[in-house]
Amino acid sequence: MKFTWFHLMPWPHMPDDFRQKHRSVWVDLPNRMYEPERGHGIYHQYLDQLEYAEQIGFDGIGVNEHHANAYGLMPSPNIMAATLTRRTSKAALVVLGNSIALYNPPLRVAEEMAMIDVLSGGRLVAGFPVGTSMDTNYAYGTIPALTREKYAEAHDLIRKAWAADEPFAFNGRYTKLRYVNCWPKPIQRPAPPVFIPGGGSVETYDFCIDNTYSYSYLSYSGYLRAKLLMEGYWKRIAERKVDESPYRAGFAQVICVADTDAEAEKLFGPHVSYFYNRCLHVYPGFADAPGYRTVKTIQTGALSQFTQSGRDYPSMTWKDLTEGRYVVAGSPDTVRQQMEELIRTLRVGNVFCLLHVGNMPDDKVRHSSRLFAEKVMPRLRNLWPDWNNHDDRFWIHPMHDPVTMRVAAE
Amino acid sequence: MKSRFLRLKPSGARIQVFEAGRGKDLLFLHGAGGHMPNDRLLAALAGKYRVLAPLLPGYGQSTGEDGLRDMLDVTLHSLDVLEALKLTKPIVVGHSMGGMIAAEMAAIAHTEVTRLCLLAPAGLWLDDRPIVDIFAKLPYELPALLFHDAELGKKLLTAGGGSMDDPEFLKQFLVTRARQLGMAGKLLFPIPDRGLGERLHRITARTLIVWGREDALVPATYGDAFKRAISKAKLVKVAKAGHAVGQEKPAAVLKAIKNYF
Repeated sequence: MKFTWFHLMPWPHMPDDFRQKHRSVWVDLPNRMYEPERGHGIYHQYLDQLEYAEQIGFDGIGVNEHHANAYGLMPSPNIMAATLTRRTSKAALVVLGNSIALYNPPLRVAEEMAMIDVLSGGRLVAGFPVGTSMDTNYAYGTIPALTREKYAEAHDLIRKAWAADEPFAFNGRYTKLRYVNCWPKPIQRPAPPVFIPGGGSVETYDFCIDNTYSYSYLSYSGYLRAKLLMEGYWKRIAERKVDESPYRAGFAQVICVADTDAEAEKLFGPHVSYFYNRCLHVYPGFADAPGYRTVKTIQTGALSQFTQSGRDYPSMTWKDLTEGRYVVAGSPDTVRQQMEELIRTLRVGNVFCLLHVGNMPDDKVRHSSRLFAEKVMPRLRNLWPDWNNHDDRFWIHPMHDPVTMRVAAE
Repeated sequence: MKSRFLRLKPSGARIQVFEAGRGKDLLFLHGAGGHMPNDRLLAALAGKYRVLAPLLPGYGQSTGEDGLRDMLDVTLHSLDVLEALKLTKPIVVGHSMGGMIAAEMAAIAHTEVTRLCLLAPAGLWLDDRPIVDIFAKLPYELPALLFHDAELGKKLLTAGGGSMDDPEFLKQFLVTRARQLGMAGKLLFPIPDRGLGERLHRITARTLIVWGREDALVPATYGDAFKRAISKAKLVKVAKAGHAVGQEKPAAVLKAIKNYF
């Protein structure tokens, strides 16, 4: 099993009447609410937490990209990953990821990710999300029905740019470059391992299988509701007759660990409530621009998600959220038991642990993370013994020894 | 209203064309919402003209939307449809997005389009009068946005509809919406401006512009901007009408067209 400590970097100062005063946490929330000088301290506290996660034994530390979003303050996850290269040395830097349809030219992503891979000594996991409709269409203006075509072309360009040893010309529909010449190029050859965040598009299953990418389902609604979607993925894996390595899949889970179940509610209840009631307060008109999902996806799967949108976070109590496993919370024993169920039922080799939740203060974040690392993680390590707890295709290949530096004249 | 199919060469797109009435030829290009159930404007126009109303790919049973990515693609496609219908010098009428397409056709092929009628066309953007983001609106908000009389709008928009609680109806609704607005987004998202303002001066057609005075989506000020930019243009503003001016006041729109052409 690989455990990645994942940060969303939310703004922790949304007021109590946030839901009444604002229709959405995302896209059109006035940035009047953001206080840059306070933001300075918050960014550094969050980066410290990611570094701490490496110290206590997490395999990876994760960042992601959002735009115009008060619960995701990383428009550029690459900047965050770059700072993390300096004070970490072992953990995978899981950038999950860059919305590659948004960059012009998308070669920029190939270059920046190569920089992170070189800076970190080959520790980058590269994520290529299509991006949510809120980010991609509403905040960044990409035409919904052309988003996937742009994405596919950008992916093609990035992989070719990483693999090439000489300049080449790229004549795409959206990007035309006479000289594609990626300096630097990544340490990991031909490319860093790639994770694809997916939300149930059937096309994405095949894309991952075709390219040997790991399918990552980043949901906030917990593992019970993820079962149907992940079953669809594993069914497709079986149909395509490829191996069933659990490292082909990953899942994000909100997790809170305390000494006892009762203590967990006391410590984390308010922050979980902040997350589900303020951070996830998204105006439905921004959720799914028409044309963003393919007709095929709507016909096969998205409908079940649509009916789920009826769920009503504001009325959900701690009991509802934990019993429904939106949140895995409790004593180390409780959390271990539920995490084992998650890992086995979804058949995942990667877990993205959301241990900072909403407006959680630093001491609680560290307390919960340390309990997870010390008392839960070791007991979940060997759930996939057939795979030696590692699959080379889906994890980083760091360089072993630093290359001695010499001056050019030598 | 009866429909038939055209196969366009060489794109291979299959186009559904509604046809009704007798008289002079009139080509009608619909807006982002497509035709309405029991379309009152088409019915009114068919009382006086031979109306041909093709559906853009992505709408109804018309196919070929994947091959249409930008304004030029759609403009040339629409000129191909005009040619395939074997119409000579019809009155070209377009509503909203259809008006934007009609204006582009007239700007690019000004010898082909000599009589032009724009009903609350999209295609311009005025910084001081921004157009509402239709792509972030929920279905229940549409009647008040598109009609001056929201109650009438609600009745017209939901005619022949089903229940959102019925999963089959819901799925069909979402597929239709994804196809139609997915196509429309290529011209209108995120801002409905694809440079038409720089080409309007090329239009030599006699042009009638019709606007609902109470248009809450594309304010009537835009009518004045279109009129200023097109050399032979007349602007008619219809009282107590919103963006769906032809649905809300079909008789007034027919009268304006009859009087002008």
